[in-house]
Amino acid sequence: MTHIEQSLPNSVGVGYKPQHFSDILAGAAPVTWLEIHAENYMGAGGRPLAQLRALSDHFPLSVHGVGLSIGGETRLDPDHLGRLKYLNDWLQPASFSEHLAWSTHDMGFYNDLLPLPYTETTLRTVCDHIDEVQNTLGRQMLLENPSSYLAFAESTLSEVDFLAEVTKRTGCGLLLDVNNVFISATNLQMDARAYIDAFPLAAVGEIHLGGHDEDIDDHGAPLLIDSHGREVADPVWALYQHTIAKSGPKPTLIEWDTDVPEWSVLTAEAQRAADLLTPVSA
Amino acid sequence: MTQTISQKQFISAAMDPNKPVPQGIVGPDGGAAPKRFAVYQNNIMVGLKAAMQDGFPAVESLVGKDFFAAMTDIYIRKTPPRSPILALYGAEFAQFIAQFQPAAGLPYLAEVATLEYALRRSYHAADAAPIAAESFENPNVFSARVQFAPAMLVLRFKFPACDIRRAALGGPKPTAQAQDVIITRPDLDPIATAFPSGTAKIIEALQAGMPLGEAIEVAPDSLDLTTFISTLISGAAITKLEYDHV
Repeated sequence: MTHIEQSLPNSVGVGYKPQHFSDILAGAAPVTWLEIHAENYMGAGGRPLAQLRALSDHFPLSVHGVGLSIGGETRLDPDHLGRLKYLNDWLQPASFSEHLAWSTHDMGFYNDLLPLPYTETTLRTVCDHIDEVQNTLGRQMLLENPSSYLAFAESTLSEVDFLAEVTKRTGCGLLLDVNNVFISATNLQMDARAYIDAFPLAAVGEIHLGGHDEDIDDHGAPLLIDSHGREVADPVWALYQHTIAKSGPKPTLIEWDTDVPEWSVLTAEAQRAADLLTPVSA
Repeated sequence: MTQTISQKQFISAAMDPNKPVPQGIVGPDGGAAPKRFAVYQNNIMVGLKAAMQDGFPAVESLVGKDFFAAMTDIYIRKTPPRSPILALYGAEFAQFIAQFQPAAGLPYLAEVATLEYALRRSYHAADAAPIAAESFENPNVFSARVQFAPAMLVLRFKFPACDIRRAALGGPKPTAQAQDVIITRPDLDPIATAFPSGTAKIIEALQAGMPLGEAIEVAPDSLDLTTFISTLISGAAITKLEYDHV
């Protein structure tokens, strides 16, 4: 069984936004750790790196990649992997994670987490890519479950079986995005709790919570969109509570990436997560 | 056997709304799901358009939101990012604007885009410690060769691009003079300073290794040398003065 080697605390973190820099240094409670998007810190210098240097002195960091394209058909971009290694070597973050998705093809980077079918072929490719990442970085990584809007007729494995097999074969940990589970379950008309109940929770090194938008599909059925632009929805909080009741306490992140609110709004969300974590931490 | 969808097929359909959704993309009922596929089409464009808005606020202000959205839509489909580092996306935007017929009525627009992109490059450029202002008190200073910080950039424009940008972002009305621009980054925020046309030649001569005294001889008559030098010093633009050993 996969052992989680990272060292994020089993408490609440938030996705770091530069507009909150002064607020965070003035007193971040109840937030105890921060997550950054790796690709925002790949310039040569200037303010982004200066802020990161200051934050890394005060907080455990989670480096979260959004552009490595681990689910891509073609080989990983060696330049990009090199940049991730540089950032990891410099920061020595408590955690490094990426997505079960792809975003680059040929020379293009498409800035979204695009879906892949779950087959024996894609399973082998993803495992090869994760082996390469872990060997290059010299550390365990976490792989995040995606939010799904559609399915592939060619898929032969369920997402949970796919992720369980990835962690078994590569020894990587998993990042369980509970909002993504709720979105995918609604969109693909599956049972979100059954997904959590089947999930290899012992391999989970971090949980994500975030807000989503509501739309409808071609037939008028609900279609939820992962927007990270508002509060976590009530049924997602309930699913989170269900998850940590089974898994025990886990490092939990509040993600808010668009229409970024005041720091106080974000800490209110973080407090809500902390309040749910406390009883399972006893 | 079910048809497999290549990522090439997926992305060409996602980037071209006129192409059909690949067969085998389905909803929960197993049927075709164009609206679900459109979520990805939309996400890609929304994210990249936001990156362009963040990077080119003065260009957007000069042409208006709707024009900018339509122009960037064409640019993004033609020139998607080549790297996941979106902070540097838009390198070819100025060139694109220069060729973009509907924007031909604003001949200075491409230069404003060049300036905005250069400010972004400066913002992310490597850190470098500047020399102390006292270093210029050396009596031999004019024989020195100058090294610049990576965040110092120099641009030549046919239009008063620096003033136009400032006016587009709410500043005073622009002058009618062509401008060269020196970008410096005194702390962490780049500053664009306009100089008379021809000033860029001095920087270029210094970058080529010409001693300070010789380089300033190419200065245009209208240049105030004191302002020029103090902009470089206060802008933390000079990292070294090198003297030949005699």
